[in-house]
Amino acid sequence: MKMNLLALSRSIHPKDNKNTVGMAAIPLTGFSKVTIPLNMQIGPGCEAIVAKGDQVEIGQPLGKPIGPWSVPVHASVSGQVASISEEILSDGSHAEYVTIIPDGLDTVSPLVKPPQIETKEDFIKAIRDSGLVGLGGAAFPTHVKLDPPADRPVDTLVVNAAECEPYITSDCLICNNGAPEVVEGILATCKWVGFDRVIIGIEDNKMESAKALKAAARAVKDDPRWPRDGISVKVLKTAYPTGAEKVLIRLLNGRIVPEGGLPCDIGVVVHNVSTLHFLARYLKTGMPLVTKVITLDGSAVATPGNFEVPMGAMIEEVIEKAGGTKTTPGKIIMGGPMMGIAVDDMTRPIVKHNNAILIFDEKEAELPEESACILCGRCIRACPMRLLPMSIDKAARGLDVKELNARHVQTCIECGSCSYVCPAKRYLVQNIRNGKALVEAAAASTEKGGKS
Amino acid sequence: MLHVSASPHLRDRVTTRSIMLHVIIALVPVIIASFFIFGLAGPMLFVFSAAISAGFEALSRMIMKREQTVGDLSAIVTGLLVAASLPANTPLWILIVGDFIAIVVVKQMFGGLGDNFANPAVTARIVLAVSFAGQLASYSVADKLLGIDLVTRATPLMIAKEGSQAIPSFMDLLLGNHAGCIGETSIAALLAGGLFLLLTGIIDLWAPLTFIGTTVLFTWATGADPVLHLMSGALILAAFFMVTDYVTSPTTIPGKIIFGVGAGLITGLLRIYSAMPEGVSFAILFMNILTPHIERWTAPTALGGVKHAKK
Repeated sequence: MKMNLLALSRSIHPKDNKNTVGMAAIPLTGFSKVTIPLNMQIGPGCEAIVAKGDQVEIGQPLGKPIGPWSVPVHASVSGQVASISEEILSDGSHAEYVTIIPDGLDTVSPLVKPPQIETKEDFIKAIRDSGLVGLGGAAFPTHVKLDPPADRPVDTLVVNAAECEPYITSDCLICNNGAPEVVEGILATCKWVGFDRVIIGIEDNKMESAKALKAAARAVKDDPRWPRDGISVKVLKTAYPTGAEKVLIRLLNGRIVPEGGLPCDIGVVVHNVSTLHFLARYLKTGMPLVTKVITLDGSAVATPGNFEVPMGAMIEEVIEKAGGTKTTPGKIIMGGPMMGIAVDDMTRPIVKHNNAILIFDEKEAELPEESACILCGRCIRACPMRLLPMSIDKAARGLDVKELNARHVQTCIECGSCSYVCPAKRYLVQNIRNGKALVEAAAASTEKGGKS
Repeated sequence: MLHVSASPHLRDRVTTRSIMLHVIIALVPVIIASFFIFGLAGPMLFVFSAAISAGFEALSRMIMKREQTVGDLSAIVTGLLVAASLPANTPLWILIVGDFIAIVVVKQMFGGLGDNFANPAVTARIVLAVSFAGQLASYSVADKLLGIDLVTRATPLMIAKEGSQAIPSFMDLLLGNHAGCIGETSIAALLAGGLFLLLTGIIDLWAPLTFIGTTVLFTWATGADPVLHLMSGALILAAFFMVTDYVTSPTTIPGKIIFGVGAGLITGLLRIYSAMPEGVSFAILFMNILTPHIERWTAPTALGGVKHAKK
């Protein structure tokens, strides 16, 4: 029974399947090779500074940034560079990979040492050198977020611990075991960037994590870096997509990001809890982003759990080392079941913004058959951005760029709620994405002087 | 073989078929009540109409060479609602004409489920009432259950209009023990079905509440008996099963409110000032036609967006 008398929710409630809650992260080592993409972020990546045959050590940079948004990538194992190759991914984009054959010694590079920070510029540079990008899944370069333009003063740091995707528990694990480090990351950010207040948002299915964060915050109340209005932990009702940036900001302090804008337009910066956790560790140890804690779960996984894996490890090998599958996999998803990407090739590497690998059995992987839209309005009630998904879907199928713009297609955050609730099983998000591409293509051709 | 598809990779269990099945279940109390009020003729009309509608649906899809959709059960729902809007002594051939209009003309000729602009059952009811006014003017009730002794009586709304007989008691109105169409007399059965749809999240309260509220307020304001208008005619049947029709009513909350208030006003106007005793069907059909415009007026502003995007 799910009474919906007034239909006001604007969120959905898929079964959360947090089966791996409380499982410690088991480190996986001894990989036969790692393949590290030179671009694991939003914006341009790096160009290679190592060559085939070079000996590399853990933490050694493999590429240097090619733009102000780029961050370096680092070797996650010690060993020999076997190749630098270019590959075409399933979405048609190109990616450059550095393949390293590990020597099994795990030698740490002498370059790895805690950064010396005296000024804000030092801090921003150190964060960039660490290779840090938003670990919540978006892979937005952290140093860019920490250095908002001068005309966009920020006063509020929102820490995203919502982890609203089903299955994933890696952030929860970080909160449970590393809350003091999360708070240390917050304080360091407050010191160098300057925030009036810090709000940590977490869902009420992770009360243990919420308690750990509260206790860790209370313990540093007298720290000179403590923000003026304090660090608060706000427990939110479990619903999807609470952790979507714009939704979370609105739930925590009522501010609304203008359409097409960024949180810094309304004085807010959002960081994932695991991003801040890494930041604190990096400031202490100087070890760049070379491993990632991921949740491995799904109906075909033999032993679900959390695992710490080196960057660039092949999905196939991670699954094998983590206990393998119990049935034939039907679908493998990088990320959560709502926004994750279905993997076409088991040899794809683990990247910086991976937080889960889900393996569905063949039954769960079956694709539903589409039928006609019955205008039930479920997608409208589910849309956190107050869009009309079924109208955008129709416009996208009709290649109607004018209507797509009128329906604000670019505002869609692709959370997947509309497709989830659709009784006609329509591929709404897929068509909305096509619609976005159509609008972008039309805008590009208008710019070039062609007719739209 | 790995499946690759766009996210999301999870889907809710609700399907079009499961929604239609819920509506059918919600109509079961009404069908049962019809047996006690109208005798065997009641349930028989419901069953025949559902079967004939399903047949028309399957046949239309076959002739049009389009994918078969009879399995989504929407034709059964339409068939049941067509029957619900007819008196117990309706000849079978009129029923067949009604189902033909609903399924073939109103629904399939416009593209099938989701593409029809008007509610098939409501439109069929209007076409039948106008075309066969003579044949459908008498409303029978069963004198003996299982017997064929049907006596024709005036409906409460006819009585209110003509003032010829005594109005049924409150209890008779609640249970439906009076003349009328087979699916609309028993308020208790309709409430049970409506409650089921509300509790299972198939419908929400906005349109039914504003529709009923406006009709009752309007009739009360004009000096008529609001309880009689609330509890007789097609008001409650329409409130839970017709103004809540997904395809032909607005999708947003403000849209549902406009639809409900509009349909309520027209119902009240027709019931009080027109020559006809009942106005629910015309009111809904009119609002059906207005629905695309209501949708446009009430389209929500995207979060963080500017109101009324330029077209």
